[in-house]
Amino acid sequence: MSSAAEAIQAPETNSAPWGLWLRQIRAIVSLELRKNFFGRRSILIYLIALSPLLPLFIFAFVNPDDSEWNFNVLSKIYAILYHSLILRTVIFFGCAWIFMNLFRGELVDRSLHYYFLSAVRREVLVVGKYLSGLITSIVLFTATTVLSMLLLYIPHFYSQSLRYFTEGRGLGQLLAYAGITMLACVGYGAFFLVVGLFVRNPIIPALLLYGWEWLNFLLPPLLKKISVIHYLNSMMPVPLSSAISEGPLAVVAEPTPAWISIPSMLFVTVVVLMLAAYRTRHMEIRYGND
Amino acid sequence: MSTPANQLIIFDNVSKFYGEILGVNRVNLQIAPGITSLVGPNGAGKSTLMNLMTGLLRPTRGSIALLGIPTDQPERLFRKVGYCTQFDSFPRGVTGREFVSSYLFVHGFDQKQASELTQVALERVNLVEAADRKVAAYSKGMRQRIRLAQSIAHQPSVLILDEPLNGLDPMVRAETIALFKKLAAEGLHLIISSHILHEVDMMSDRVVLINNGYIVAEGNIHGVRDEMEEHPMQILIRCDQPAKLAAYVFAQDHVVEARLHDDRRGLFVRTRDADRFYLLLNRAVTEGEVNVESVAPVDDDMSAVYQYLIGTSGDSA
Repeated sequence: MSSAAEAIQAPETNSAPWGLWLRQIRAIVSLELRKNFFGRRSILIYLIALSPLLPLFIFAFVNPDDSEWNFNVLSKIYAILYHSLILRTVIFFGCAWIFMNLFRGELVDRSLHYYFLSAVRREVLVVGKYLSGLITSIVLFTATTVLSMLLLYIPHFYSQSLRYFTEGRGLGQLLAYAGITMLACVGYGAFFLVVGLFVRNPIIPALLLYGWEWLNFLLPPLLKKISVIHYLNSMMPVPLSSAISEGPLAVVAEPTPAWISIPSMLFVTVVVLMLAAYRTRHMEIRYGND
Repeated sequence: MSTPANQLIIFDNVSKFYGEILGVNRVNLQIAPGITSLVGPNGAGKSTLMNLMTGLLRPTRGSIALLGIPTDQPERLFRKVGYCTQFDSFPRGVTGREFVSSYLFVHGFDQKQASELTQVALERVNLVEAADRKVAAYSKGMRQRIRLAQSIAHQPSVLILDEPLNGLDPMVRAETIALFKKLAAEGLHLIISSHILHEVDMMSDRVVLINNGYIVAEGNIHGVRDEMEEHPMQILIRCDQPAKLAAYVFAQDHVVEARLHDDRRGLFVRTRDADRFYLLLNRAVTEGEVNVESVAPVDDDMSAVYQYLIGTSGDSA
């Protein structure tokens, strides 16, 4: 088209141009990370990620006057805090906000067409956007997980905590919780990405899943396995049953071993992403209807 | 010699319905390189046609191929095609330069290539000085130009522009039209939708008139006008003896009206065959019947064609 840039070759388009796809994914991830971390919508994510830290920070300055308050109860307290607040609320709603907005947010902002008018496979776009959401959620919520654990332990039992995390089981537990956080981002992320592609108002399916996950303890063993939370709970370093009673109506099911949980969740994630890619491949841009 | 299919934009019996609402219906078009203008009133289906061409919409029936590439293969299509839409929206927080270069990265260009191509595109739309300012602070005309830069940056062979002159001041309009003509001269396909009929007249090699989702006419403006036999061509001849010329031409079967101008120094003629009329006029001049000062077709332009075929004034469309 122009003599000044005639020498510039268009990127290669042979049948499986992995190098090109990787470059494109990197470009998409870079664009999306900027939006995720510094965009207008990121404020809510930071608030969600910080929400467990603020009460723990305040609690750090409080000296509990309770005879049962000792170092040994901290692992149970953290298990409850992690399960009920961080995993079920912070990570769940954080992932919902991040991943639903990857496509839905761009439809609202009327900027998705710029991607659709680029010489990029829609499948590559889905992978790039998903990875950007994954990086964002893992960075933020792993930080929340780690910092909240440290904030619970260190201010009250400094020397014991140091030993616990350097010589005892603390580091193993910390890494296990961080791993569960990452896996939760992988699973919830894929679900919310695809919901954002199919549903105009994704809040409703998000709330339905939230209810399903909360009621998981009441479900019969077979139905328990049709949820993300069951597999995540199975990998808890401190079993929930040892930390909290779920009441007389709770149905106890054997935890699924990690060697089944992790591949199963990854497999389902891949299937869900393939569905997202198919949907994106056939998607039209009609902002008026979005 | 006919243009090969891999150098054409081909609509093959394309229809698009939004539920029960008609977008476009039974469109059959073959568009060759050069500037092709899509003209029609609001809601006629121009943007639908452009969105179909670029795969942003999918046809309900029929198929579309640009230079032999089907529109459902964006990874191939947009190596060759650039589309400047009417959507006046941008990713948040980007500068003009970042906006252009970031999508070049998505195309797969590396840093060096993307920087060079961005610079060339910015120069072409005269936006180098403002390139490092946030797009959010741009005027409407600047936003229009930066979108144009983004659509041409990867050097496409087909450029599709939805109302590209909207919001531009007269000077920039003229520069932009000159750029379009230059790109067309380089062998590009330019598909442009516009409401400004005199600008369409000025820059187009051919027009596609669309109304209510149907293609009403297509081709060279004068060719389209020639084919409208129900609207005889109006020609104004300024000459020394209009009454004599009127008597001379009125005997011809293709002349349906000859009327003296109010100042008695000109003659309006309506003819069904302009070519035969011009031959007749030549003969009258060479035989010394009249001295002609000027000859001007009155309704052989885009505005007239639009008014006859679509029925309203184009500029209000």
